[in-house]
Amino acid sequence: MTAPLTERAARRTGGAEPAVRLDGVSKIYGQGKNGLLALDNISLAVEPGEFVSLLGASGCGKSTLLSLVAGLDRPTAGTLDTGGRKIAMMFQEPALFPWLTVAANVEMALRVQGVGKKERRERATEFLEIVHLGGFGGKRPHELSGGMRQRVSLARALAQEADVLLMDEPFGALDAMTRDLLHDELERIWQKRGLSVLFVTHNVREAVRLGDRVVLLSSRPGKVAEDFPVDIDRPRITDSPEVAELASTITDRLRKEVLRHGR
Amino acid sequence: MAVDQAPPAGQPADVHAAQLAGLDALELGGSTSSGLATRVWGRVWPMLLAIAIVLAIWQAIVWSGRWPEYVFAGPAETFGKLGERLSDPEYWQAIGVTMRRAVTGFAISVLVGLVIGALVSRIKVLRAAFGSLITGLQTMPSIAWFPLAILLFGLTESAITFVVILGAAPSIANGLITGVDYTPPILLRASHVLGFRRLQLYRHVILPASLPSFLAGLKQGWAFAWRSLMAGELVVIIAHQASLGERLYYDRELADSAGLLGTMIVILVIGIGIDLLFETGDNALRRRWGLQQVRN
Ligand SMILES: Nc1ncnc2c1ncn2[C@@H]1O[C@H](COP(=O)(O)OP(=O)(O)O)[C@@H](O)[C@H]1O
Ligand SMILES: [Mg+2]
Repeated sequence: MTAPLTERAARRTGGAEPAVRLDGVSKIYGQGKNGLLALDNISLAVEPGEFVSLLGASGCGKSTLLSLVAGLDRPTAGTLDTGGRKIAMMFQEPALFPWLTVAANVEMALRVQGVGKKERRERATEFLEIVHLGGFGGKRPHELSGGMRQRVSLARALAQEADVLLMDEPFGALDAMTRDLLHDELERIWQKRGLSVLFVTHNVREAVRLGDRVVLLSSRPGKVAEDFPVDIDRPRITDSPEVAELASTITDRLRKEVLRHGR
Repeated sequence: MAVDQAPPAGQPADVHAAQLAGLDALELGGSTSSGLATRVWGRVWPMLLAIAIVLAIWQAIVWSGRWPEYVFAGPAETFGKLGERLSDPEYWQAIGVTMRRAVTGFAISVLVGLVIGALVSRIKVLRAAFGSLITGLQTMPSIAWFPLAILLFGLTESAITFVVILGAAPSIANGLITGVDYTPPILLRASHVLGFRRLQLYRHVILPASLPSFLAGLKQGWAFAWRSLMAGELVVIIAHQASLGERLYYDRELADSAGLLGTMIVILVIGIGIDLLFETGDNALRRRWGLQQVRN
């Protein structure tokens, strides 16, 4: 149905090294008998500029995988290579600093790089404008709605000017309409900035709506169950028949994975 | 269903912007906050009621005749005497001396508490060695320190300050340590991804995050400092230096019941007043951080 993966990636990137590569990565929480095998021998690559959706039931190790890529934790086995790229991450919660204004939150990404105060302010405003929150820089996070906070979080991640953006169910807590709008925004920003994105979700349609590929993880332990290329022209619509069709194929596969556990 | 109204993808960005702005406006809504006067009154009337009840009980006990009036003065006599004293500059000097001791003692306690708290929260070995000791110190009644303090410093102000610091600094250090320990993990993770490490992490993330707990420690530290100071002023009487504690001491010696009760009221009022300052600071912080809904 599509060209082989490597060929597709090569077309997009001119054969460069993957932005993120996991080779036989495993993660065990705890030790000995009580150890929990959260990820088992995962091999996965995200090409530069590629948008990969990582799909799986909850508890299958998606967050664990992102933590490893972000360097928040170390794999128990296997190798993880990001080629020294800068990595930004967005969490399921906005994770904003409550003592700072919205603008100062975005500035935190620049502060750590030693950017001067004036430039910091200007660039924070720019990034807030990208997520359409230009006028909200002076507010405190708690004064904003959930969707707006998540956009601030996105602005802060963008302000890191990273090459790789990791997103852990960033829109999971939002209503459908806001989520749809943010999908469009994210797609626009991703295309414009040439980011490599690893996007975690348990929502099949969201995965198909956004991803160049949908990587399905099985549960307990987390393994790559299948890798679905998404050959639907962008911009896509979540409720279009094409998206719905692929989503139902993937849902069937996901259901089989879950049933495997029922026995 | 909301999904049906989803905009077709690929609309011009300004249409997105407009839709997002519309949703934002809907979600923010309007907030109403009651006026300052209403809020102040809401806080003041329960206090007034409490004072009225206390005065009534006090008067009732006096009237019951359990103690003769020269041993246990009534409210009218006490406030009369207090008014007299408050128009005497010497009494104000006594208040001034006590306040000066309180402020310097507390200020040094804050410095000591900050340094100890910062070191103990940062350095694992110190944590293991001193963590529980600091909590243990808090349970030590400050009056028990005075014999040692007097041996070390004699009947001087240093002896009092020493005990004030021992009373207040552990609470302040503990407030900071607790704040550091309870920095939300999600913020630490986010900071790590942003690139904050070590000292920068401490300065820009952990310290600000521990502010509410530190403030609670300050408040508790103040309470301990004030108690230790009063104990100290009763025990360590320094010649030619009037203070509130010293006044209490001599009022008892002279069996001046009205004067004694009046000074006790002054001590209570100062303690409550400063506690209110801390509470105001705490509330302001909570409101800024959105830690609680604004009371209406
Ligand atoms: N820090 C941890 N210590 C022990 N077990 C953990 C830890 N984090 C996650 N787990 C376990 O690892 C598994 C995968 O978790 P997670 O990566 O959060 O899944 P997901 O994000 O897909 O819902 C779960 O069974 C979870 O209980
Ligand atoms: Mg998760």
